[in-house]
Amino acid sequence: MTDATANAAPAPKQGKHAGSLFDADARTKKRNAAETRFRAYGLTAVGIGVAALIMLMTSILGQGLPAFNQTFITLDVYLDEAKLDKNGTRDIEAIKKVSTFGYAPLIKNAMAAKVDELGISFETFGVSGKDAEAMISKEAAAQLRRFVIAHPDRIGDTVEFEFLASGRIDGYYKGRVSMESAEKDSNVTPGQLQLADALKEGGALSTHFNWGFITMADASENRPEAAGIGVAMLGSLYMMIIVLCLALPIGVAASIYLEEFAPKNWITDLIEVNISNLAAVPSIVFGILGLAIFINYAGLPQSAPVVGGLVLTLMTLPTIIISTRASLKSVPPSIRDAALGVGASKMQSVFHHVLPLAAPGILTGTIIGLAQALGETAPLMLIGMVAFVREFPSAPPEGFFDPASALPVQVYNWTTRADPAFVERASGAIIVLLIFLLCMNFLAIVLRRRFERRW
Amino acid sequence: MPVLWIVLAVLGLGLIGFYVGRMRALGSAGGDTRQLHSLPNYYGWHAFMLTAVPALLVLAAWLLVAPNWIENTVGAGIPEATIAESGSRSLVMAEVRRAAGALDMAVQQGLMDAATSHDIDANLSDVTERLKETGAIITSDVTQPVLQAAQLYRNLSAISALWMSVAVLVLATAGFAVAVLRSDKDFRARNTVESGIKIILILASTIAILTTVGIVMSMLFETGNFFEKYPWQHFFFGTKWAPDFRGDSELGMLPLLWGTLYISFVALAVAVPIGLFAAIYLSEYAGPKLRAVAKPMIEILAGIPTIVYGLFALITVGPIVRDWFAAPLGLGNSTNSVMTAGLVMGIMLIPFVSSLSDDIINAVPQAMRDGSFGLGATHSETIKQVVLPAALPGIVGAVLLAASRAIGETMIVVMGAGAAAAQFQAGLGAVVNPFEAMTTVTVKIVSQLTGDTDFASPETLVAFALGLTLFVITLGLNVLALYIVRKYREQYE
Repeated sequence: MTDATANAAPAPKQGKHAGSLFDADARTKKRNAAETRFRAYGLTAVGIGVAALIMLMTSILGQGLPAFNQTFITLDVYLDEAKLDKNGTRDIEAIKKVSTFGYAPLIKNAMAAKVDELGISFETFGVSGKDAEAMISKEAAAQLRRFVIAHPDRIGDTVEFEFLASGRIDGYYKGRVSMESAEKDSNVTPGQLQLADALKEGGALSTHFNWGFITMADASENRPEAAGIGVAMLGSLYMMIIVLCLALPIGVAASIYLEEFAPKNWITDLIEVNISNLAAVPSIVFGILGLAIFINYAGLPQSAPVVGGLVLTLMTLPTIIISTRASLKSVPPSIRDAALGVGASKMQSVFHHVLPLAAPGILTGTIIGLAQALGETAPLMLIGMVAFVREFPSAPPEGFFDPASALPVQVYNWTTRADPAFVERASGAIIVLLIFLLCMNFLAIVLRRRFERRW
Repeated sequence: MPVLWIVLAVLGLGLIGFYVGRMRALGSAGGDTRQLHSLPNYYGWHAFMLTAVPALLVLAAWLLVAPNWIENTVGAGIPEATIAESGSRSLVMAEVRRAAGALDMAVQQGLMDAATSHDIDANLSDVTERLKETGAIITSDVTQPVLQAAQLYRNLSAISALWMSVAVLVLATAGFAVAVLRSDKDFRARNTVESGIKIILILASTIAILTTVGIVMSMLFETGNFFEKYPWQHFFFGTKWAPDFRGDSELGMLPLLWGTLYISFVALAVAVPIGLFAAIYLSEYAGPKLRAVAKPMIEILAGIPTIVYGLFALITVGPIVRDWFAAPLGLGNSTNSVMTAGLVMGIMLIPFVSSLSDDIINAVPQAMRDGSFGLGATHSETIKQVVLPAALPGIVGAVLLAASRAIGETMIVVMGAGAAAAQFQAGLGAVVNPFEAMTTVTVKIVSQLTGDTDFASPETLVAFALGLTLFVITLGLNVLALYIVRKYREQYE
């Protein structure tokens, strides 16, 4: 009978489980479809995250890169003795008495001379001499005055200067201003733009890299072309110095105590809970603390880097303590035991052996904490750093008490101004900030790669 | 800067102490280090610490306490009539400080001799004239009580500075003397130094507690002042936010709280699904190559400062939301809206949710997955029915942490959400419209505390009450989240 059963081909089954095992039935198909869908959701989520990053970066880069270029107008200015030094004595005090208003006519004349030299005339474009002067930044007169005060002997000469073009003319070459928009704009006329094109053809107007954006101080509302991030960068640097000098030693000392010496009791628990909570307190609350304690109670000056540094120190401490404790913990107990075994005291074993081995991890954590502090804005706004600061702070330590700005706050400050040229500046400042952050994070990664030890 | 000089003097003395202490100990052992109880440097450190540390601590304490004491003493001496005239004691004191500073400058620049600056009966108009010449900002003429108070202020400051120098230097010298006298070959220098270092370590670790105490105390104190001027029921339950610096403000918190919660809700609605799915995909499906690229890219989002997100909301997302969604739908025409701020904040929160969830999903033991596969479940079924339920408490913790971030976030809402509080009076439509500008607790803290502030008016003080509310809410969320996460971690370890 076995033969018969072996020969008789099994009849194809009917119903639910018909056909080959490789033919998926309806339920399996459904389950597999669900599987594919689920994977697709996951991949989409990852894609959205990456796309968001790319969109953020392109938006900031696209807006901000033009800020590094600026339109300049080159003019030969005749430094008229009759206007700048009436007595001809070259007395520096007398020269200083001439305000920037006294320099404006020189620029106006120089502009007229340049137009004549190029063989064009204001009338062709329907531009008056005053309009032509308005094409040059109001900063130009101050630039001229600084030059004359520094070189009084050049009065009477004709000197070539490169002046910043006004914000609207600059915007024309960056696509912010067009002939159509200029007709509705009270600050610029189409004629001025045509004249600018003519100047460009004549070689008097050019667009190139602007160091002033990086080195100069902030400028007032109506001269965006002269605004720079110099003061803000210096202020941020001062604050980072304070944060580094305070947060690193205090943070390391606190972590050593908590990790190596602290007895297990409720006080230690309280401190630990406190630190992990402080790490998650909103940054603006630290701003309120700074305002109430450092400014209102201790009487420290507003918008000073010292107050900002102290507030950021308190904010960065939990980050540094948490990462320092993690790297102290990663040093194996055998190191401590060996040190104790050859007669070192507990303190010696920590300071001579554990701490040096944990140093790369501590440094990495500190750099990441500093990077976080560098980008922080909200607490600094509360301690008065939004103020308009035009003077560079002096050298430390006095400079720590002078008013200064900070990079992120400067960005915020510019976004609140009406002229769209400031938005471009804000994006440019963001690029500088991101470059700093990138360098710091890169350094942290290199440190970790180079010195991290696996036990 | 005399304080700097005092510090340098103390440190210099400490340095001398280091060498003298070390030499004396070595001398007592006849130059043979084996005779000493401790290594020679410990004797040096002992002298340095005893000289510098107490002196510097006293200096710091003095600098902290003295200005306050001077203010109170001077403030108590100002007649009530003057205070009534200018409105408040703090305004008079500000004037007194300015006058005192101007007197200092006048003497320094030689515009006024030292005797005149102390003369109580000096000609007021003449003094005012001189002070204005120094370039100090003196708004009005100096009055008799203000001048007297300013002179007292200067005197007390000078006396305080003098005594501070004396006290600090005497203490440093005493420490120096004690340390040097104690340096002997039998003195247990290492033990002393080590217990000293331990005290310093303990002090450093209490700074965290001091910070928390400082936050709570400063906000409680000012909030108390606020509730003296404004009834607390109106603050907590008021439905209208309309500050007016001329007085008669309505400072109800509910519209702000609604804006905060609404924006946070939108942000979480964006961040939680995306973050969670990204974490699942990266930890369960993605190959090592994709993981190595995508994970850091998503984590970069966490390292970008919030001001960058704020700018992104202002210049890119705001116009897109307005032109593509709000305006065609007829729901609004403002670039600042709940949607703008919520979307951008959602992007910011993706890495928080994803990296925390990633850790938690990875902590689920592989045996649980293998068991599920063995029963014939597909990968997604395993994730949905085994991995996620096991990781749920941790994921809830991560979401709570993200929520606390969202509620406390400032720059994105300052630049993306607008400054107008939700109008409960305008009906439900205006309150729930996501394309309407809506302000939050953090935005109002910033706007009430920046610019010209008067710490006597409820319009400024309300910011402290708002800050305290914010602190309590985020603290509650954090504690809850940490509790849940910690409890969960214990399960698999």
